[in-house]
Amino acid sequence: MMSYEIDPKGVTLTPEQARSRRLRNIAIGLVIGALVVLFYVVTIVKIGPGVTKPPI
Amino acid sequence: MSVIDDSSAGASGFAAISVAEPRDYLALVKPRVMQLVVVTALAGILLAPHPVNFVIGLSSLLCIAVGAGASGALNMWYDADIDALMRRTSKRPIPTGRITRSETLTFGLVLSCFAVVTLYLVANALAAGLLAFTIFFYVVIYTMWLKRSTPQNIVIGGAAGALPPIVGYAAATGHVGLAPLVLFGLIFAWTPPHFWALALARTGDYGNAGVPMMPNVKGADHTRLEILVYSVILAAIGLLPYAFGFASIVYGIVSLVLGVEFVRRAVLVFRVREGDAANKTAMRLFWFSIIYLYVLFAELLVERVLFVIGALR
Repeated sequence: MMSYEIDPKGVTLTPEQARSRRLRNIAIGLVIGALVVLFYVVTIVKIGPGVTKPPI
Repeated sequence: MSVIDDSSAGASGFAAISVAEPRDYLALVKPRVMQLVVVTALAGILLAPHPVNFVIGLSSLLCIAVGAGASGALNMWYDADIDALMRRTSKRPIPTGRITRSETLTFGLVLSCFAVVTLYLVANALAAGLLAFTIFFYVVIYTMWLKRSTPQNIVIGGAAGALPPIVGYAAATGHVGLAPLVLFGLIFAWTPPHFWALALARTGDYGNAGVPMMPNVKGADHTRLEILVYSVILAAIGLLPYAFGFASIVYGIVSLVLGVEFVRRAVLVFRVREGDAANKTAMRLFWFSIIYLYVLFAELLVERVLFVIGALR
């Protein structure tokens, strides 16, 4: 076991770390958004036109 | 201040916060290889006798591309040690310290699972199984086993790079046909002259890294002979799409002209064996091999797009 001292205020990021983390967050957000659109469109296509004509 | 114990933390403790940017992750998926996979898989999708739904086709293509990217990331995870020793690969994200190996492994595994599962949901089990096999073959059979153990590494390992047209065709049709198998053979025969031309000009690099490429093991002259043999085989296979009737006479003429030029350049590599001129001749064949494959597939794609447009009218 190794011991580490933790500042109760948390870790202070360097400008480079903060910038790269912001860019990663933006990229993850864009990818998730694109996946939501992709899965929605694929689901609609898979269901087909029958979704608008439910059996009575 | 408080003190905690954490055996899982690295030697640098909590100071090791990633500075990796999205472009570093993009580099992990080998965008150039991915481009080629997209082109060849798209050809497989478009070769389907009946046009596939646009959304399903596009989603399948995306899954195949992501699967190829995952393979690239897992390759960089495993080969980080030798990548650092070669000029061509020393600027990759792990050797430069921008991404750790464990981050790369996680990234590659997540992408692999995502690509295979999504392709199963979007297309079918056969396509998903073939994509999983492609990733397994590239990472385990080629990267972990063949690459460091035999000069036939890129010959056998080339099967992984040749599979995308079959995966694409399977995604579009649910089975495997003759046409994608021919494209598999085309890429399979293309791989040895392509990589050995590069290896001839980079013998020192591969030697330093301990990778048993053909020129390092069997010698440059033997490699030149094998390049010539594979080039002749490649030129012949290049004509098969026309011979089997799933490409037009225009494709036939283009593949004939490019095939003859490919063999001519391979003959030059075979004859020019000394000094800087030998390296330049090999690199010219390397670059031409890329043009050869892209032009043939581009021609095939144009034909199939026209076919699909005609079928939808």
